[in-house]
Amino acid sequence: MTNKITLGSVFLYGTLTIMALLFLMPAYMAVVTALKFPADISLPTAWEFPAKINWSSFSTAIDLLKPNFINSIILTVCATIGSTVLGSLNGYVFSKWKFKGSEVIFTLFLFGMFIPYQVILIPLFQTLRAMNLYGGLAGLILAHIVYGLPITSLIFRNFYSQIPTALIESGRLDGAGFFSIYTRIVFPLSIPGFVVTSLWQFTQIWNEFLWGICLTRHADNPVTVGLAQLAGGQAVSWNLPMAGSIMAAVPVLCIYIFLGRYFIRGLLAGSVKE
Amino acid sequence: MREASRDRLKAFLTLLPSIILIGVFVYGFIGETIWTSMTDWGGSGSLSLTPEKNFVGLANYDELFTGFLGGGFRQDLVNAVYYSVLLLLGAVGLGLFIAILLDRKPKGEDVLRTIFLFPMSLSFIVSGTIWRWLLAPQGGLNVLPTYVGMEPLSYQWLSSTAAILEFNWQNLFQILIYVASFVMILTGLWMLKSNSRRAVELWLIPGIVLGAGAWLFGGLLPEALFMEEMHGFNMATLGIIMATVWQYSGYTMALYLAGFNGISQDLRDAAMLDGASEVGYYRHVAIPMLKPITISAVIILSHISLKMFDLIFAMTGPDNAETGHPALTMYLTTFRANDFAQGAAIAIVLFLIAALFIVPYLVSQYRQRGRH
Repeated sequence: MTNKITLGSVFLYGTLTIMALLFLMPAYMAVVTALKFPADISLPTAWEFPAKINWSSFSTAIDLLKPNFINSIILTVCATIGSTVLGSLNGYVFSKWKFKGSEVIFTLFLFGMFIPYQVILIPLFQTLRAMNLYGGLAGLILAHIVYGLPITSLIFRNFYSQIPTALIESGRLDGAGFFSIYTRIVFPLSIPGFVVTSLWQFTQIWNEFLWGICLTRHADNPVTVGLAQLAGGQAVSWNLPMAGSIMAAVPVLCIYIFLGRYFIRGLLAGSVKE
Repeated sequence: MREASRDRLKAFLTLLPSIILIGVFVYGFIGETIWTSMTDWGGSGSLSLTPEKNFVGLANYDELFTGFLGGGFRQDLVNAVYYSVLLLLGAVGLGLFIAILLDRKPKGEDVLRTIFLFPMSLSFIVSGTIWRWLLAPQGGLNVLPTYVGMEPLSYQWLSSTAAILEFNWQNLFQILIYVASFVMILTGLWMLKSNSRRAVELWLIPGIVLGAGAWLFGGLLPEALFMEEMHGFNMATLGIIMATVWQYSGYTMALYLAGFNGISQDLRDAAMLDGASEVGYYRHVAIPMLKPITISAVIILSHISLKMFDLIFAMTGPDNAETGHPALTMYLTTFRANDFAQGAAIAIVLFLIAALFIVPYLVSQYRQRGRH
């Protein structure tokens, strides 16, 4: 390994450094603004680090968003578990128990992942109202489970297709049936699949906004809706929305930073590559 | 044998609930929205559980595309098209560029990758709130030049009323033909080297004929609207595009990096032995090999830009006409104005544009799976 400084490596590291700084700029701005006292926030000095640090924005933001956080946690945990478990079973059938037409059904499932959700919004609104689920978390959980099925089935299908069919066959020779093959052979091998899928679903559901604002009443708003209300309006003092943004981002950022490997696998799976 | 067929039945029954859910919530609901878009559901009493709906045919679409009040929607649609195209160019271009740099395996590659990808994990509401502050007219990005001794910028990122690339909606058909001809000529030029006969016969000549025809006989085409109506790219959208590119170029970067890593070192060495330069390797070997990845990225990004709602909502609020988008108009029309039928028609227009990309993509994926 040589440590020669060439024009090429100067260009490489120079460009990467500048780009990295540009990408971090919004994060820096959010942190700096969140740490200022409202009186110290002014447009021309927005970039400067605060002279006196004000931590109270965070606790105020948490207080204001607390009900939303609780809603989002309930929503995300329930919907993630539901869609992941169903996705695992679907993936098992799609990869190991193919039947005539199962590939067509799988493709029809995938279509549900790519529709602009506006197209199902009005019937969803009416249906949830008719089921008495409109406005509360239960309706939102149902929606997230159903529309999460395409991506979770896709990730598990691709994951299970790596399990050798011979393993399934030998299980069958031992007299295991559909469910016992799943519980004894497939499920124990699925832990990474469950991690990838549930992390993906967790971030997606945590970040979702359109259904949150259209399908829940005020008391059941998830955190994204709460944040939008906190930041909305013209005369906001910007330390609160910034602190709220950081708090709302912390759960997904933690997943991303500490379990990034799995997050990227989910992201790659979403591009339908086999 | 009976055991095996019972297992097959169990497999099918396991899948059945999901099939029903997807069948109802995706396909049934799309059908329901299509039906709604052909009714007059709206106005007073529209919020009842069994609202009055009368069939009106395509009147809602007619209103959107040729009606006087549809002008706002038409501008939103134009905006969304420009938005999609610029987002694609920006995010794919920047993502590819970063991926190529990181493919040189610089020190700290892990950290850099994390930095470029972290925006992708954020909610659009979070990033929209932060970017709204960054793009404040007298602060944020606009004051950055003062730190290197220059004058501050005065660009109105989110509220500029300027528009460029304007065209008259009346000439829509002519313009669409120009675009088609331009795309055909580009495809022809691109294929010229690999398959010159087909390129000239199938793409170049028809493309030129089509373009020339539209130029010479454009006057014969029917006018798309009864009055002159100018639409263009609203400059205020630029801020939204920047934020989206910031959030999504890490995604294309991750796709390309995974692709580059999948290309074997042998192939790379072989290309280098054949005298390919670094640039030549990416241009003639790596990027053509990753065409499926580029296609995936284009599909997913255009899907994201077509349904973009959260980011614009957080950056400018839902009522900002300068940064309008059909996805927001659909929300306002449906849930603020209670005009459900019109909202459904907007949703169907969005859906049809999205389907234009997605259906061929899914069909080709399906065929590929069949071949394995």
